[in-house]
Amino acid sequence: MSLTLFNAWHCGCRAHCLPNRSDRWSRHIKVYDSADWFWPVIAFSLIWISYENVTVMSYYTDSSFDQLRVNLFSNRSDREAQDFIEKFEGALGKGKGKKLYAYKVMMTKKLIKFRRDFENFKTACIPWERKIKEVESYFGSSVASYFIFLRWMYGLNLILFGLMFGLVVLPEVLMGLPYGSIPRKTVPRTEQDTAMDFSVLMDFGGYLKYSILFYGYYNDERTIGLLKFRLPLAYLLVGVGIFGYSLMVVIRTMARNSNEGGDGGDEGDFTFSWKMFTSWDYLIGNSETADNKFASITTSFKESIVDEQENQKDENIHLRRFLRVLANFLILCSLAGSGYLIYYVVKRSQEFAKKDEEDLSWFEKNEVEFVMSLLGLVCPPLFETIAELEDYHPRIALKWQLGRIFALFLGNLYTFLFALFDEVNDKLESEKAIKNTTIWTLNEYYANYSSFYNTTDIPPPNIHPADAIRGPCWETAVGIEFVKLIVSDIQVTYLTILIGDFVRAFIVRFLNYCWCWDLEAGFPSYGEFDISGNVLGLIFNQGMIWMGAFYAPGLVGLNVLRLLTSMYYQCWAVMSCNVPHERVFKASRSNNFYMGLLLLVLFLSMLPVVYSIMTLSPSFDCGPFSGRDKMYDVVIETIEKDLPAFIGNIFTYATNPGLIIPAVLLMSKCKARDEEKNRRNNKDSTNQVMKDLEDLLPNKSLIPPPTEEDEKRTKSPKMKPGTAANGKAVNLQKDVSLAAQNPRGAVTRAPGPRGGAPGNGRGPAPGPGRGRGRGGPPPR
Amino acid sequence: MNGAGRHRRNFHSNASLWWENLLTRMGNKQTTFTEGQFESYQDCTFFTRKEILRLHGRYRELAPHLVPLDYTNDPDIKLPLALIITMPELKENPFRDRIVETFSEDGRGNLTFSDFVDMFSALSETSPRELKTVYAFKIYDFNRDNFICKEDLEKTLNKLTKGELTPEEVALVCDKAVEEADLDGDNKLSFADFENMISKAPDFLSNFHIRI
Repeated sequence: MSLTLFNAWHCGCRAHCLPNRSDRWSRHIKVYDSADWFWPVIAFSLIWISYENVTVMSYYTDSSFDQLRVNLFSNRSDREAQDFIEKFEGALGKGKGKKLYAYKVMMTKKLIKFRRDFENFKTACIPWERKIKEVESYFGSSVASYFIFLRWMYGLNLILFGLMFGLVVLPEVLMGLPYGSIPRKTVPRTEQDTAMDFSVLMDFGGYLKYSILFYGYYNDERTIGLLKFRLPLAYLLVGVGIFGYSLMVVIRTMARNSNEGGDGGDEGDFTFSWKMFTSWDYLIGNSETADNKFASITTSFKESIVDEQENQKDENIHLRRFLRVLANFLILCSLAGSGYLIYYVVKRSQEFAKKDEEDLSWFEKNEVEFVMSLLGLVCPPLFETIAELEDYHPRIALKWQLGRIFALFLGNLYTFLFALFDEVNDKLESEKAIKNTTIWTLNEYYANYSSFYNTTDIPPPNIHPADAIRGPCWETAVGIEFVKLIVSDIQVTYLTILIGDFVRAFIVRFLNYCWCWDLEAGFPSYGEFDISGNVLGLIFNQGMIWMGAFYAPGLVGLNVLRLLTSMYYQCWAVMSCNVPHERVFKASRSNNFYMGLLLLVLFLSMLPVVYSIMTLSPSFDCGPFSGRDKMYDVVIETIEKDLPAFIGNIFTYATNPGLIIPAVLLMSKCKARDEEKNRRNNKDSTNQVMKDLEDLLPNKSLIPPPTEEDEKRTKSPKMKPGTAANGKAVNLQKDVSLAAQNPRGAVTRAPGPRGGAPGNGRGPAPGPGRGRGRGGPPPR
Repeated sequence: MNGAGRHRRNFHSNASLWWENLLTRMGNKQTTFTEGQFESYQDCTFFTRKEILRLHGRYRELAPHLVPLDYTNDPDIKLPLALIITMPELKENPFRDRIVETFSEDGRGNLTFSDFVDMFSALSETSPRELKTVYAFKIYDFNRDNFICKEDLEKTLNKLTKGELTPEEVALVCDKAVEEADLDGDNKLSFADFENMISKAPDFLSNFHIRI
């Protein structure tokens, strides 16, 4: 029925004749012309080509090449080795007489050179390298790891933006109908006089609501433009593809990070050895930081010594358990309380929406976002205070704290979503009424017209798009809510940095001259960079983007801008307002902790989107799926109409669960086996050409005994320890490994006059630690 | 702040060098290294072409009158330890002497340009764990007997804590470290013990890394 309406407006504006009924229906008849085959063929060939490239390229990222390189140069000097190879290759070509083989060798070398040049180019393209190095030399690797993570996120979002923009927004803008041509793209008459108001635009109403930023703008025409681009299909696939791509990238990064090891080993296995050999951060280039580091290492040793001596003491186990249970109970209560508060506020905002706009104050209009941000600021320190009852080791306490903050954010977000989806159901109900009214009006019009003019050829009703009756577009409403939430989150973050860091540093620096106590050493002092709080904020922000991108395609672009400005803003803030940490504690043993968190957030943000695609029916008059029963109907339609019949049959058979489950299991098993093979078996080359080259070396010892080693040309014979260089380790991108996270230290007292205070309000700031040392620093 | 001031000083003192380099580059093609030298450096280290040139610039600015701009005929120039450890990347490191000594051919800290590049390559981010483990072992082995004995541990600890721990505490820590990591029971750490212990350390790779 919406097809009818759509045609009516469409033709009314373009002053075409209304295609008669038979023409309209003929679109549904399968027509094989070249344009129909165009897209599937292109897609398939692109996929096939890229797969081939990936497998070919992967040979050259194999460590076999590195092994070869090392073997070539480990036993002889550089020039000798090169001459040897040249001679050998010549002999190969002549001796065996196989021109094809020589050609292959030459192509391999050319490919290697090309790859190297490409790597050089790629390295030159990595942005912000100098900036990060500066931060690193001042603050150490832990703070810099946050910026490396930020840069990685920026890259990920850039690609997501490219996907969304190139495949959804651009086609609609270039090939779709312009603004104002159909109702869904026009501001309704009633809103037109306020559509440009700043306050309305701030709430993402007015012109912004009916723009490419949100779901409602997109048309549901099956194909648009000359190239017959299928926009609704593209929209759905991009929406799902965003999750797929993100999943792939996150898992790949986790796999790379886990190659660096550090996953095994118990908590107390090598405490002293690690402290001795891995505690100094070689990146430090600033003397102040170095002094801090020396101090913190000394304190850390003293603490471990005290711990070691105190290990035998008996504790009052029962009291401790009781206190821990009490603490957990209190925290659960506060989590439940915050969830209820959010639910209540969202419900209230729905009532406000029914009232008139002018009666509401700014606070009432933005109550939801305000409350959520407030909870995010207030609850973590509250958890910290309650956690002091528990008396855990600082590292364990930190893990608990991070877990609780995670639960808080998740709970809040999901409560918000539940309330939102309640609203959606309400909107769907009201939509039915409007839909019925519209249909009834149209039928009346047709009936009157045909009875008046006595023809069957009825021109469409000539109503301006701005005046048409509009349904409540629930997807756009949901999109607007997400965008408002994210914008307020950004504002709170930036404000917190400005006030919590900059203003504080300003006050400490300039008021110090006229204050009773030493501000720098005493109460406020300069803030330390809150790594875990910032990383968590970044992860949750990304989760919200993932959730909202389906309903608001412009959101990803917004996020790209936000990450870009964040990078510069936070680099400036950290260099001018923060001091290096005095204590360092890592939140996890392996570098994958935050990546794992990101993965979890990805899954959790995928659920609402998948739920809404599968179960909720789209609005009838806005968005690319309007008029259909369910959003995924688009896919079924495409299979039925665009692809030949047998593919439809294949899909029907293939979606049999009995076939899918074994296939998934098989794929995961293959993948696991491949990875293990890659990891353990790096010496074997899978490329025949490379294998031959290796075989030709006279001193082919693939596992030389582990002794000293030298990388460059050297006169003395040295051999590289043979344990396989991990295939992936050599090609670690600079932005991949999220190095050790050093959240706010537990102990802030250090020997000497330094005395930092925990003060940064955001995120987890585990309270002043007691350690277990009775002779330790006094609790603050 | 401190860093900015330092950079400014360095810039002024290197302005003439920089100008010289720029003119050379603008005038004709790069004459610092031949293509063959570039290829072999890129083969043997983890650096790109641009980074190798930058390293040459850094090496040269340590002793501009000693190190020629033109390295095509492989001059045999060595810079002494005292000069190398003034580099900002190394100057705060308590193990700077040992690092430079480890990568020098004569064991006394005199680095040729190849040694210099080698050092930063081994400590760079893309350098694999095994390589770093080997070099870490060499660095912490003060007496170069291929074992990390108690004296080596004591020296390491004293460098790390700048002498703030009492001798009893030092002895305790060294004993505990040997107890934890020593597998073959000879009261000192061989390479295998060291490697086994380091492979499980979560922040070895991120800490044992110099960015240049």
